[in-house]
Amino acid sequence: MPDTITLELFRYHPDRDERPRFQAYEVPFREDWVVLDALNYLKDRVDGSLTYRWSCRMGVCGSCGMMVNGYPKLTCAAFLRDYLPGPIRVEPLSGFPVERDMVVVLDDFMQKLSSVKPWIIRETAAETMASGEYRQTPAQLAAFKQYSMCINCMLCYAACPVYQHEEQFVGPAVLALAQRYNLDSRDQGNSQRYPVVWADDGIWDCTFVGECSAVCPKHVDPAGAIQQAKIQSTVGFMRSLLPFGNR
Amino acid sequence: MRYSNEPLFWSLFSAGGMLAALLLPVLIVLTGFVLPADEIAFSHLQDIFSNALIRLVLFALAFLVFMHWANRFRHTLVDMGLKSLHTPISVLSYVVAIAGTAWAALVLLG
Ligand code: SF4
Ligand code: FES
Repeated sequence: MPDTITLELFRYHPDRDERPRFQAYEVPFREDWVVLDALNYLKDRVDGSLTYRWSCRMGVCGSCGMMVNGYPKLTCAAFLRDYLPGPIRVEPLSGFPVERDMVVVLDDFMQKLSSVKPWIIRETAAETMASGEYRQTPAQLAAFKQYSMCINCMLCYAACPVYQHEEQFVGPAVLALAQRYNLDSRDQGNSQRYPVVWADDGIWDCTFVGECSAVCPKHVDPAGAIQQAKIQSTVGFMRSLLPFGNR
Repeated sequence: MRYSNEPLFWSLFSAGGMLAALLLPVLIVLTGFVLPADEIAFSHLQDIFSNALIRLVLFALAFLVFMHWANRFRHTLVDMGLKSLHTPISVLSYVVAIAGTAWAALVLLG
């Protein structure tokens, strides 16, 4: 085992740097360290201006996503030992504007996320607490559970070749979340999500490359969700052609 | 709401892809290997292919496979950066696909 390993970090402080650059750092090599541990070591002891997001250190908060040797990864789950002998190149998530070092601008993603109304919508009027909880069978839960595991880490966006070229694409995680609520037996909001989900820049921008599902740390399978939605949209489209179709 | 017209092209694309995966290898083996190797007599195969129903199936296959090709071709070109030419590329792709289908009709149903 080596004593140290080299990290090549993407550095960019718009107030100070004219253009982004890479800076190499030696960090101690520890068998149980992940890339995030190495970044924290550098920030604490070498360069306090190093900027990146993180919180939980256990693959739950979704904030530590970066490109590690060109591949979107949760840095709290990327062990140094898997990148021996190094160097390890760490960059901000691909496809997003950079705010500072590894911190990317989230506005586009957040706006898309809220556009599909990712919450349970009820259209039935006058429901009160007294009417009780909405009950669900295990099968009804299983229909959407996988899609509800998303932690909004955006690794799937960084992996998606369509999103890299077409900024307006609603994108994998958001479409999977829309599907999560559309498939929920308690939800009645499908018709409010269709205009975004079934649009040209929604599911129809997807060419089923499948990289989103390959990189997802939570096995959400956004690619599968999008394919499912394509079938539903096609059924809706065919129905709309019928004279007695309901839309 | 106004629907994207993508479902129409996508369903033809999907059907074509599915049929191509299932039937084309069989046809390639039959006409490319089994027949030249004299494993079955040409007249036997000709009998099978002169059946009207079989011809209809082959025609549907040709049509859907052309539709599959057109959709993939146009999306590939657009994704490779020709987004501004999306409409002419789409028109061209489907004109070629329809021409191919017409040719298949001429051969099979004529
Ligand atoms: S779908 Fe997976 S990769 Fe995409 S944001 Fe959610 S957890 Fe991350
Ligand atoms: S720090 Fe929370 S997911 Fe990595």
